[in-house]
Amino acid sequence: MPKGSVGTSPIRREGTEKVCGLARYIDDYAIDGCLHGVTLRSSVAKGRIKSIEFDKSVPWEESVIARASDIPGGNYVTLLENDQPLLADGVVRHKYEPILLIAHPSREKAYQALSHVKVEYEAETPNFDIDGGGRVFKDILIEKGDPAAGFKKAWKILEGEYWVPHQEQTYIENNGMVARVESDGTLVAHGSMQCPYYIQKALKAIFALPDERVRVIQATTGGGFGGKEEYPSMLAGHAGLLATKAKRPVKMIYDRSEDMAATTKRHPCRVRFKAGIAKDGRLVAQDIDVVMDGGAYMTLSPVVLSRGALHATGPYECPNVRVRARAVETNTPPNGAFRGFGAPQTLFAAEVHMDRLAALAGLDPVEMRRRNMFREGSITHTGQVMGISLGTAEVLEKTVRMSGWAKKRKAYAAWNKAKKPTWRGLGVALVHHGGGFTGAGEVYLASEAGVAIDREGRVRVLAANTEIGQGTNTIFAQIAADTLGLPLERVDVAVPDTHVVPNSGPTVASRTCMVVGGLVHRAAGRLKDAVLAAGGSFTDAKKLKAAAAALCEGKPERVFIAKYEQPDWVKWDDKAYKGDAYGCFSYGCAIADLEIDRSTYEVRLREVFTAQDIGKAVHPLFAEGQIIGGVVQGLGYALLENVVMKDGGMANASLTNYIIPTSADTPPFKVAIVEKPYKGGPFGAKGVGELPMDSPGPAVCNAVAQAIGKWPAKLPVLPEHVLELVS
Amino acid sequence: MKLTVNGKSRDYAGNPFKRLIDVLREDFALTGTKEGCGEGECGACTVVLDGRTVNSCLIPVAQAEGKEVRTIESFGTPGKLHPMQKAFLEHGGAQCGICTPGMIVSAACWAEAPGPKNDATCRQALAGNLCRCTGYQHIVDSVLAATKKKGGKKRARR
Ligand code: FES
Ligand code: FES
Repeated sequence: MPKGSVGTSPIRREGTEKVCGLARYIDDYAIDGCLHGVTLRSSVAKGRIKSIEFDKSVPWEESVIARASDIPGGNYVTLLENDQPLLADGVVRHKYEPILLIAHPSREKAYQALSHVKVEYEAETPNFDIDGGGRVFKDILIEKGDPAAGFKKAWKILEGEYWVPHQEQTYIENNGMVARVESDGTLVAHGSMQCPYYIQKALKAIFALPDERVRVIQATTGGGFGGKEEYPSMLAGHAGLLATKAKRPVKMIYDRSEDMAATTKRHPCRVRFKAGIAKDGRLVAQDIDVVMDGGAYMTLSPVVLSRGALHATGPYECPNVRVRARAVETNTPPNGAFRGFGAPQTLFAAEVHMDRLAALAGLDPVEMRRRNMFREGSITHTGQVMGISLGTAEVLEKTVRMSGWAKKRKAYAAWNKAKKPTWRGLGVALVHHGGGFTGAGEVYLASEAGVAIDREGRVRVLAANTEIGQGTNTIFAQIAADTLGLPLERVDVAVPDTHVVPNSGPTVASRTCMVVGGLVHRAAGRLKDAVLAAGGSFTDAKKLKAAAAALCEGKPERVFIAKYEQPDWVKWDDKAYKGDAYGCFSYGCAIADLEIDRSTYEVRLREVFTAQDIGKAVHPLFAEGQIIGGVVQGLGYALLENVVMKDGGMANASLTNYIIPTSADTPPFKVAIVEKPYKGGPFGAKGVGELPMDSPGPAVCNAVAQAIGKWPAKLPVLPEHVLELVS
Repeated sequence: MKLTVNGKSRDYAGNPFKRLIDVLREDFALTGTKEGCGEGECGACTVVLDGRTVNSCLIPVAQAEGKEVRTIESFGTPGKLHPMQKAFLEHGGAQCGICTPGMIVSAACWAEAPGPKNDATCRQALAGNLCRCTGYQHIVDSVLAATKKKGGKKRARR
């Protein structure tokens, strides 16, 4: 029996190709006879298209042009509601909405052609305001106890309003897709993506094709963070439409400004938070009103909102709670998935508010959290009883210890009184993050993953979950290898290709390791049982080969599938929003140590401490990489990333003007991984991908509050905002 | 025009204003060099031009005429990794990998250059190479590990 690999950090599967520059991202494929596709987009936020004129001096016969009328099936991108057209048909509802597509053998000429098409609009008055009466995509009400009675009993009540803006995913590889039609009529989409089966579903509807005629294959993907969850379905539809019309392969690669301006971003969100406490600091009532800006089409807004509403209380027990949450329409490009998926927005409000409540109660912020955080037996606002794999206390105390909290807080208080050139502050945030789809979501997904064995006894994991940097390839191999008792190098992981792998669901919601890893574990278990029953052994190559050959029954390989089963401790009522919102939560705590220059008001991070409870680190180095990477995205959200919207579109859509953290802006980290095993995850693992994004925003604001005595109520905390607060 | 790419003399007869990155990727099929922004901000397109790191998306190929260009492909191969590549593998310096070629080119050049080698100087040196995945710590760990292995320990203490 080889030593297990779970809990160790083997080399990244595809790492060697990546460090050598040999990994092939979609733009790295040179494709014979390929055309380059570009998109003509709306320049107005709302209106009717009066006319489209093509400049007669351009030899248009060199190009292929596709419009809404060329779509063989439905003109929509399949998601929750099919309200988003693949190409605008007469009406535009947001700036940069795609109107028509042009393909040309030369990429340069394709772009040039765009400027020779003139669209005339009958502009209408757009709505950019979340209170402007736009369509309500979803309205959620969660109630527990009697909030009115709770507020009546409260010793003190505090109200606050919080605002978080758009955030751009800023994966370094822009969206890109190649589509081609094979001789048998199969439409193939190959590109950068998180969710091959979402794309397959969308393409089936757009082209009115059956399952087997649509094939979606992932290319090496240069980051996703949610930004390649739903948008690639649109891009694959566009490339597919051009390829169908041109009868040639079509490549569409966005440049940075198009990717930033036209694709999805994190939902801006306003939270009005009212909370009442007893004299000892304990919460007695919370009334939380959440509004998210969904943009012009529904896309995923209802589920983003749902996660926001389910995390809106913070990881605290309160007997009387009311959460009202709405996602509304505005005439801006649709917002979508971004790491954290609604939770970073509401947790920002919850955690800044908690800090302000601590001050109101005259308690240390850490002590305030100790008194209120989930304990065994605590009941959430949906009625979920906490107790399974509960890491609140451990992540809080560990982070507090690492940071030297009490001593530093005192020292900084003294520092700020003395006449120094800077103010200093230490701030804490404690968060939870539900793993996998909400409530019964995983039941509807009904994911399947497989483990195959070929006649030689070689094992291969089959799943649709994509490697986007987080380590899927390596982790799936580890889980399968350890389940079987095989050395790691004897397990392969298939490239996600809808013609090869079963539908194990999307690569989102921190579900890849916890949920799909669990399926891989179970499928491998079934393979193991079958091999042993056939007289095979995983430690004896000869016996394994004989058993494998027998199991394959003359076919090249035999696949063992595991299908998702809802754990019996999860009960959820989607109508009433009551019950177990998630099988379990992961927990995180961050403490930010920063200083602010008294003349420039610039905030500089000195150090960041974080402990995160992820159940089990299957690959500790990758887990730490997820944590640090996620926290740095959260720090960017907190201090730098500022989407400037003008006339309904992003005005600073470039890396020159939209600033993300560089190595020089990023402080050293102290990270501790806490492992409270989850019985529903493989080897005890629970979600890790999104959790790190939740805590940095509020931790930074709470540290700023120690520094200057006031809490910023919106992000990002730019120098001008600090100046406003101090003057 | 003539230029040397990864030690080999190359002829190029196309548009002299074509960006160096496009010539490398399209004309010479060296796709290890990546494009993240096309405006000199992300460093994914970093190559070495006559010993200096440059953003190949900002340079017309004419500027490389008669000069020596080195891309990621010349640093190491799967069978013979450069110490920097090895360190990135061992310390988690590459996640999605799209920033990695440019990052390794920058890091390897910095490791060779004189000057103190520590966490702070490394972070300054790599500030022109954006990474959205790692949060930089594992990249800094990788780079310092490779730098120290090369006998840079003395420098690191300076
Ligand atoms: S692509 Fe050259 S700097 Fe970004
Ligand atoms: S590893 Fe993904 S951008 Fe650096």
